[in-house]
Amino acid sequence: MKTLTINGATHHVDAPDDMPLLWVIRDTLGMTGTKFGCGVAQCGACTVHLNGQPARSCSIPVSAAVGAKITTIEGLSHDGTHALQRAWVAEDVPQCGYCQSGQIMAAAALLGRTPKPTDQQIDEAMSNICRCGTYARIRRAIHRAANGEA
Amino acid sequence: MQRSTFLASAGAALVLGAYAPVRGVAANAQAANEATLSPSAWLRIGEDDTVTAILGKSEMGQGVTTSLPMLIAEELHYPVDRIRVEFAPVDPAFADPLLQGQTTGGSTTIKGLFDPLRTAGARARTMLITAAAQRWNVPASECTAQNGTVVHAGSQRSARYGELVADAAKLPLPEHVELASPDTWTVLGKPHRRTDALAKSTGRTQFGIDVRLPGMLIATVAKPPSVTGKVVGYDAAAAKQVHGVRAVVPISSGIAVVADNYFAAQQGKRALKARFSAGANAPSTAQMTAQALALTKVPGVGGPPKGDPAAAIAGAAQKHAATYTAPFLAHATMEPMNATAHVSAAGVEVWAPTQNQSAAQATIAKAAGVPPSKITLHTTYLGGGFGRRLETDFIQDAVEVAKAVHAPVKVIWSREDDTQHDYYRPSTANALAAGLDAQGKIVGMTYRVVSPSVSKRALPPLYKNGFDPLAMSNAGESLYAIPNYHADYHDQETGVPVGFWRAPYASANAWAAESFIDELATLAKQDPLAFRLANLPAVSRARTVLETAAKQAGWGTPTAAGVHRGIALATWDDSLIATVAEVSLDGKRPRVHRLVSAVDCGTVVNPLTLEAQVESAMIYGLSAALTGKVTFTSGVADQHNFDTYTVVRMGESPRMEVTIVPSREKPSGGGEIGTPPVAAAVTNALFAATGKRIRTLPISDALA
Repeated sequence: MKTLTINGATHHVDAPDDMPLLWVIRDTLGMTGTKFGCGVAQCGACTVHLNGQPARSCSIPVSAAVGAKITTIEGLSHDGTHALQRAWVAEDVPQCGYCQSGQIMAAAALLGRTPKPTDQQIDEAMSNICRCGTYARIRRAIHRAANGEA
Repeated sequence: MQRSTFLASAGAALVLGAYAPVRGVAANAQAANEATLSPSAWLRIGEDDTVTAILGKSEMGQGVTTSLPMLIAEELHYPVDRIRVEFAPVDPAFADPLLQGQTTGGSTTIKGLFDPLRTAGARARTMLITAAAQRWNVPASECTAQNGTVVHAGSQRSARYGELVADAAKLPLPEHVELASPDTWTVLGKPHRRTDALAKSTGRTQFGIDVRLPGMLIATVAKPPSVTGKVVGYDAAAAKQVHGVRAVVPISSGIAVVADNYFAAQQGKRALKARFSAGANAPSTAQMTAQALALTKVPGVGGPPKGDPAAAIAGAAQKHAATYTAPFLAHATMEPMNATAHVSAAGVEVWAPTQNQSAAQATIAKAAGVPPSKITLHTTYLGGGFGRRLETDFIQDAVEVAKAVHAPVKVIWSREDDTQHDYYRPSTANALAAGLDAQGKIVGMTYRVVSPSVSKRALPPLYKNGFDPLAMSNAGESLYAIPNYHADYHDQETGVPVGFWRAPYASANAWAAESFIDELATLAKQDPLAFRLANLPAVSRARTVLETAAKQAGWGTPTAAGVHRGIALATWDDSLIATVAEVSLDGKRPRVHRLVSAVDCGTVVNPLTLEAQVESAMIYGLSAALTGKVTFTSGVADQHNFDTYTVVRMGESPRMEVTIVPSREKPSGGGEIGTPPVAAAVTNALFAATGKRIRTLPISDALA
C-alpha cells in the first residue's frame, strides 16, 4: 500500500513501485482529467504538480510521488474559477480540448514561479503539444491571467 | 452538458443487463414518457422547457456544440447557451446530407446543416406559435416567439415553450417555413464564444479514453511492426505472469493483452514473446520514391484537356518544368486511438471517439456478428480527429477483445501504435510544366499527380478506371486564367495504408501548384503577388482573398532584417484562402514569425469558430511543412512518438492573423481550408530568403 496526497485528499493505493503516477491517477483512482498522450514525457498532456512543480506524470513512478503534494486539474480549482481557467474561457482557447488540462497545469506552475512571464518565458515553460494549434491563444490567456484581466 | 450523467446511467444499464438499444430520437423521447416537440431528429423541446440539440456530428475541436445550436437558436428565437447538446445514436436521420453517412469530415458540417437546422428551428417556432394562437383563439400572425416564450401582445398573454409542447407536437409539420434574412440575424454571423470551453478547461469533458464502466478491463494490442506484417506466432506465458494481466487474446490486428489497468497491459505487451512477418512487398521509402518519380514521366489518367496545353507550351516564349515530392504523414491526434466495448447476449454496446458512426456500426456488426439493431454506439468527445477517426480499426480491436473476454473492455493504443499504424496522408510526386508568353502570361500548363488513392478503399464509388477525383484537389483545375490546361493522375500502389487527413491531397497539391506559380513569377521576373494577380481572372473570389491577405500582411512594405515574405493561394471545396508567411532563417532552421490569411468560406455562422479553425489548420500545415514525414523501412514506420514525429510547439508557433472575407454565398466549410496554403507560403518565403527552391518536403530534409 502506498499513500498519496492528491488535491488535499489522502489515497491508499495498491500499485507496483514502477507504475507511472498517470495510470494510478487515471485507472486506479478514476480521475480522468489528467490525460495520456505519449507515455514518454514528450507531449505534456499528463502534466500535474508535485509540490507545485510541473511534472509529466506518465514518466514519474508512483513510488517517487509518495509524500509529495500532488495537484491535478481537478484540484486546481473546485469550480473552474482559477484565473487561468477563466482566461482560457475568455480567450476561447480549447478546441478539441484534450491537451488543455496539461497546458493549464503547466501554465499554473509557470505563474507560480513567474507571476508576469514574458513571451520568451512562456516559450520556454510551455513545451506541451497541442495538435489543434491553440498556442497563440494559450499565450494570450496566460498574459490575461497574469495581468488579472480574466 | 450531461455527458457524465449519461455515461453513468449507461453504465448502470450495462451492469443490470437492461439493454434498450436506442433506434432513434422518437424512441428516446417515448422512453422519457412525456410529450416532446421534435420537428427534426436534431431538435427536441421538452415540457420542462429544455431545448436539446441532438448532434449527429462529432466534436473534435471544430466547435459544433456551439455552431450547430446557433443555427437552431436563430430560428427558434432561443438563447444559444441554454440549448443542451447530446451526441446522437446511430440513425439514418443523422446522415450527412452531403456525405450520405453519419460522418463528420470533409468540412461539410456547416455546409450540409445550414438549411436543415435552421428549418428545424423555424418549424418548431411555427408550431409553438400555432399552438399558442389556437389556445388563445387569436391569429398566429399576432403572436411572437422570443427567448423561450410565445407572446400575444394584444391580450398580454404568454406561454413558455414547454407549456405549448404537448399541443404543438400534435400539429402537422409545417411544409414551408420562412427563414430569416441574414439582414435580421441576431445570432448567426455574430461572434459566439465556445459553450464547451469551461468543461474543456477543467478536465471534465469525457473523451473516449475517459470511459469507465463497472468491471471494465483495459487492453492494448501488440501489432506487427510492419504495416504489411502478420503475426507468425506468440508465447503468452511471460505476459500472463505480469501482475494485473488477465488474458492474452489473438485478434485480427495482433495480440491483445488484457489487464486491470493500462500499465499492466503495457508491461504484459513488453513481456509477450511474439513473432511477426514483415509481409510480402513490405514498402520502403527509397523504392516508393523512385517508383513515384518514374511515374511522373508517364502519362496518367484524367479528363479531356482544356485547349491544347502541349502545343501552347511548345510554342511559348519561356518554358519551365519542375517536380515536387511530399511524404506520408501521420495524424497524431492528441488522444491516442481507443474504444470501449461490451459484448453480451443482449447485444453490443460501444463507446468511441469516432468521426464515422455509420462505418463504426458496420464494423461492430461484422466483428461481433450481430445485426445493427443489437448495437448501441455512444459517441464521446474526440481528442482530435483530422480524418483519422473516420477509420474504425480501433473500434474493431475493442469489439474483438470484448467478445473474447466477456467483460467491458477499453482498448488503448500506445502513441507508438498510433504513429506506426495510421492510415497515412498519401505521399505525392507532382510534376508541373508550363509556358509563358512574352508578357509573362501563362499560356499553357500541365499538372501530373502521382499518389496512392484513398477513395479506392474508403469511397469505392468515387474511384473509376484508376482515377481518384479526391487526389486532384488543387490540381484538377487551376484558379488562374490559363487557356490551355490539363491534369492527370497515377494511383501509386505502395502497400502503405492511406486515408483522409486535414485537406489530404490539397495540402500537398497546393504546395506544388503554388511553388510552381512562384517559380514562374521568377522566370517572368515579376513580383510573386503581381504575377499571380496578372494571371488570375479579372474578377474572382481568388483574387479577392489574395488582395486581402497581401494588404493585411503589408506585402511590398519593408520587413525586419532577415525576414522574407512568401504568398500562396489555395482552395478546398468551394472555400478559398490566401496566406502570407514571414520567415527568417536561423542557420538551417527556418523561423516562421507570422502567418496572415484571408479566407472566403461563404456565409459564416460563427466568425470566432472559423478564425480558430483557420489558425488551427495553419499550425497543422506548418508542422507538416517544417518537419512532418513518415518514412518506411521494410514496412516499418521509422517514426514512433513525438520525439521522432515532431510537431510545432509554443516556441515555433507564429503570430497569426485571419481575415474573413464577407460573403453571402452558401457556407462552404472552414475546418480544413487553413492547411493547404501554408507549406507554399513558407517555402516561397524561404526562396525569397535564399534563392533556393525547395521541391521536397519536409523543409527540414530540404535544408539538411
